Amino acid sequence: MAQGIWIVAEHREGELRKISFELVSEGRRLADKMGQPVSAILLGSNIKEKASMLGKYGADKVIVADDSRLATYTTDAYVSVIAQLAQVNEPAIILLGASVQGKDLSGRLAARLGAGMAQDCVAFSLDNSNLVAKRPIYAGKAYATVTFKDSSPQIATARPNVFELNEPDESRSVEVIDAEFSLDDSQLKTNVIEFIQEAGGKVDLTEAERIVSGGRGMKGPENYNILEALADLIDATVGASRSAVDAGWRPHSDQVGQTGKVVSPNLYIACGISGAIQHLAGMSTSKYIVAINKDPDAPIFQKADYGVVGDLFDIVPALTEEIKKIL
Amino acid sequence: MNILVCLKQVPDTETQIKIAPDGMSIVTDSIKWVMNPYDEYAVEEALRLKEKFGGEVTIIGVGPKRVTESIRTALAMGADRGILVDDPALTGSDSLGTAKILAAVIKDLDYDMILCGKQGVDDDYGLVGSSLAELLGIPQISIVLKLEVSEDGSSVKAHREVEGGILVVEASLPALITAQKGLNEPRYASLPGIMKAKKKPLDVKTLTDLGVDASEVGEGGAKIKIMQITPPEEREAGKIVEGETPQEKAANLARLLHEDAKLI
Repeated sequence: MAQGIWIVAEHREGELRKISFELVSEGRRLADKMGQPVSAILLGSNIKEKASMLGKYGADKVIVADDSRLATYTTDAYVSVIAQLAQVNEPAIILLGASVQGKDLSGRLAARLGAGMAQDCVAFSLDNSNLVAKRPIYAGKAYATVTFKDSSPQIATARPNVFELNEPDESRSVEVIDAEFSLDDSQLKTNVIEFIQEAGGKVDLTEAERIVSGGRGMKGPENYNILEALADLIDATVGASRSAVDAGWRPHSDQVGQTGKVVSPNLYIACGISGAIQHLAGMSTSKYIVAINKDPDAPIFQKADYGVVGDLFDIVPALTEEIKKIL
Repeated sequence: MNILVCLKQVPDTETQIKIAPDGMSIVTDSIKWVMNPYDEYAVEEALRLKEKFGGEVTIIGVGPKRVTESIRTALAMGADRGILVDDPALTGSDSLGTAKILAAVIKDLDYDMILCGKQGVDDDYGLVGSSLAELLGIPQISIVLKLEVSEDGSSVKAHREVEGGILVVEASLPALITAQKGLNEPRYASLPGIMKAKKKPLDVKTLTDLGVDASEVGEGGAKIKIMQITPPEEREAGKIVEGETPQEKAANLARLLHEDAKLI
């Protein structure tokens, strides 16, 4: 009988990412309800020392797969190792991050294990020991609550920035287990050549706590500097609406909305964005929404906690100055 | 170079989603159905590779008869032929079920690359591509912004969009690639293209034609089951920040963010 909850920890260059702790925290909450243990799966090279951190957030065990070929994520190596471990240990539930890595892994892992997979979930509950997952569809225009049928394990990915972090408990100890697995070089068909870091090294929109976003009202790419000044001050990431991206003012990676990124920061400041339905879908789970727009009838004001009717070219620089006084 | 493109038909992104009275599906009456936006990038990339390397582009769709319209659009853009799997037993398939159907179509085809959109903008699973790659035993590179095929057509180098940057990944062909917005600028179908598309072959297949056991797919085979579809939590419009001048409004907003919301 399948037992226990697994979470797949994620790191970059050996540094655990925040989603790993969000997964352990949520895994702990579910496991307590089931009366079962939480194990974190940690794949990497010389990464064992990171196991204790996962313990502090609530993992009972950390299963470490250490191999130089696991230092950087590749689909083939990671799917192979996780699938082998799952086949031997038979966890009931596997949770991964709905990050780029988790989304790349999840479909392949589910197909290999012949299991059901719920992508990009924002809430989990249990029905007897069966996982029930709530996930946005149509980029958040609706939500589907799904469950699993004849699926062992039950696999799901959790959206970053949504699940609450446990308070780390420094006194918690954790059992660290060396995983047994085999990796055949002939299975490894993809190579990572390099990682090109984005200039500025800003937090990605999907993980950002604060976002300052600009739309058609920005009038041109040269005006984004006023958003960047505000963003720099409050440690935010700059986003854009589809019309700004389609006009070529901002790169595609900055787009928030249905054919861009779905975001859930604490604070979303929409500047010169009227609030097309596909944009609202992508940001309406933000905790606080501020809208700055000249048009008092813009749909964005219906979603905003704080609306400012006015010219963003006056308001945004003034806001930056006012916040400087507070900080 | 023979390329297969998997295509899904979805509601246009401007669609207002209404939940059906059963609480488990959406109202589809007045929906404008379009080719999944990410699949447009996949079709365009396939056509560009065909222009460079020669070969054929085949579009594969799964779904009801209306999906032929989207396949015809891809043919009008320049693809060579289409295949639609249409069978009442498909209804309720989950991502793995759809991947099994596509794998059954593809096992008899000759291909160097499979292109998919990174996800359907309807149910947003984003799983079919990678599940299909697994079932076919070929490498995958997902969420691709830039694609370069080696001169001899034996391998592919791709730029993947990841958090905070770009990951450059290489794989041997055949491989499956999923397209992200930014990969290219899809062309519009020309009038002569639309005329020509009407004469291009479009085969319709059933599960029996493909030798797929109906219990493996559709609602019966699905391992994910929808219990309920609900609207998003209503956000109530908050307060309009008062002020005589932009400076006053900005000061009041800063104060609200600081004292009220405690965000700053």
